[in-house]
Amino acid sequence: MTGTFWMQVAQLARRSIVRTIRQPAHVFPPLIFPLGLLAVNAGGLAPATKLPGFPTDSFLAFALAVPFIQGALFATMNAGTDLARDIQTGFLNRLALTPLRGGALVAGLLSGVVVMGVVQAGVYLTVGLLAGSGLASGAGGALVLLGLSALVALGFGAVGALLALRTGSGESVQGLFPLLFVFLFVSSMNLPRNLIEIDWFRFAATANPVSYLIEGIRSLVITGWDGQALALAFGVGTALAAVALAGSAVALRGRMTRT
Amino acid sequence: MMTAREQGIVAEALVREYRGGIRAVDGIDLRVAEGEIYGFLGPNGAGKSTTVHMLTTLLPPSSGTAWVGGFDIVREGPRVRAAIGAALQEAALDPLLTGREHLRLQAALHGLSRADRRSRGEALLERVGLTLAADRKVRTYSGGMKRRLDLALALVHAPRLLFLDEPTTGLDPQSRSALWQEVGRLAKEEGVTVFLTTQYLEEADVLADRVGIIDHGRIVAEGTPSGLKAEIGRPSVEAVPANPDERHRLTQLLERFGEPAQGSPNGDAVRLETGTESLVEIVRALDAEGLDVSHLQLHAPSLDDVFLAKTGRSLEGAAEAPSAEPARA
Repeated sequence: MTGTFWMQVAQLARRSIVRTIRQPAHVFPPLIFPLGLLAVNAGGLAPATKLPGFPTDSFLAFALAVPFIQGALFATMNAGTDLARDIQTGFLNRLALTPLRGGALVAGLLSGVVVMGVVQAGVYLTVGLLAGSGLASGAGGALVLLGLSALVALGFGAVGALLALRTGSGESVQGLFPLLFVFLFVSSMNLPRNLIEIDWFRFAATANPVSYLIEGIRSLVITGWDGQALALAFGVGTALAAVALAGSAVALRGRMTRT
Repeated sequence: MMTAREQGIVAEALVREYRGGIRAVDGIDLRVAEGEIYGFLGPNGAGKSTTVHMLTTLLPPSSGTAWVGGFDIVREGPRVRAAIGAALQEAALDPLLTGREHLRLQAALHGLSRADRRSRGEALLERVGLTLAADRKVRTYSGGMKRRLDLALALVHAPRLLFLDEPTTGLDPQSRSALWQEVGRLAKEEGVTVFLTTQYLEEADVLADRVGIIDHGRIVAEGTPSGLKAEIGRPSVEAVPANPDERHRLTQLLERFGEPAQGSPNGDAVRLETGTESLVEIVRALDAEGLDVSHLQLHAPSLDDVFLAKTGRSLEGAAEAPSAEPARA
């Protein structure tokens, strides 16, 4: 990787962040909706903590992991629609006429998504702590949590980029977005997997990679340092990012047909 | 005689075929000399933009090849891109960025140093008259301002060749004229080779040193605007008698100066056997015969007449070609 490559990444990351900041619809919903859902769940599902074997007596602490994933899903849609818009308006062609490397385009876009994902994670964590949740892993855990959030944002952002590059349409990206939310809802977001009594749901939650991302974050909040949960979360995050990035690279080659 | 690689742009048997066998560009040969403004004129769907996309390396040709700035568009894409600037159809700008931010991004991606980015950006903003609007988001710009910023972005790395794809479509006459002036200045003062596509006859006539007329993916005529017009024929004169009863006398008089041509329903027209100097003789003859006319007009051949002569259709009313959708090949 040369200095030129990283300069290109930095320029495009800057553009990605500036674009996000200048679109209130890209800033506030990823903050407000996940925190709103957290408030509703923490209030309405608190009796679940009375279930035998429930890992904490604070549903707020239990559910605090969910906004991190939900926020990353918003970032996915925003990254995807931004890239799709660039394709539709011809801005991608403008970029293609410069010495920009394809890898720098995706990396720049995703760097912006990752920065926004970390900022969002900082807000969720701060709000959670102010609302009374503890952080069992302490200050070091907060850093790991932010790192995991960055990885999740990278992975989901790459999924957004892949969808945009494949379809070239912002509407298509937005249309596929609810499907991604299905993964969130069919996970261990509201109950530990071992307490889900419906067999098919427990099986689906176990097969669902999003469950492991949530459980990794959750372990830092309510357990402390759980090596297995963290390894699974980082492993799933890395695999998601690797697969989506590889898919994006292939899709980008098809989209940027310059000689 | 210049060789292909020394010339600004050379295309040989350039073809772009889309799915279903549709040939958007069907074997184009052209040569554009360095410092020349070449107008690529044709109706919507004729293949102008596809040609530009191939020459700017954004689209590989299905067959044939071309050299731009001395570089092969297929084998030397990065070198071609370094030599050219392009403002493609529909100014592709980010509505959320300011004009200045666009220039800095473009300059940075072209590898200009931080200091050069700043100075080049300021100079270009001033040149295209956007200094005062430089820090406004592009979504607040008018169509003319967007086009001027688009041109500035194309020039940020001081290219030797400039591709402009329908740069004045949708602009008001004032913005159009300002853009023409700047393009003309670039060619004359800086020696930039300009490849300009347009569907406006006037634009090609005013700006281009030479014109290529494209229809259904093929070049049907090529030459200087005046040469093309001279090639297809002589001017015509149309007259309408002040007294409709004298129409027959007027017809007989006009036929002394040329063969009948298509005129308005109330008048007569003849294609002049000699040049425009016949008009004086016609006026004298009308006076001598005591024939009053309510309307007398000399029609010089236009590029539309050239298009009509070459394709059998008028360019101004030419329908779009069958769908040549740029599907991925």
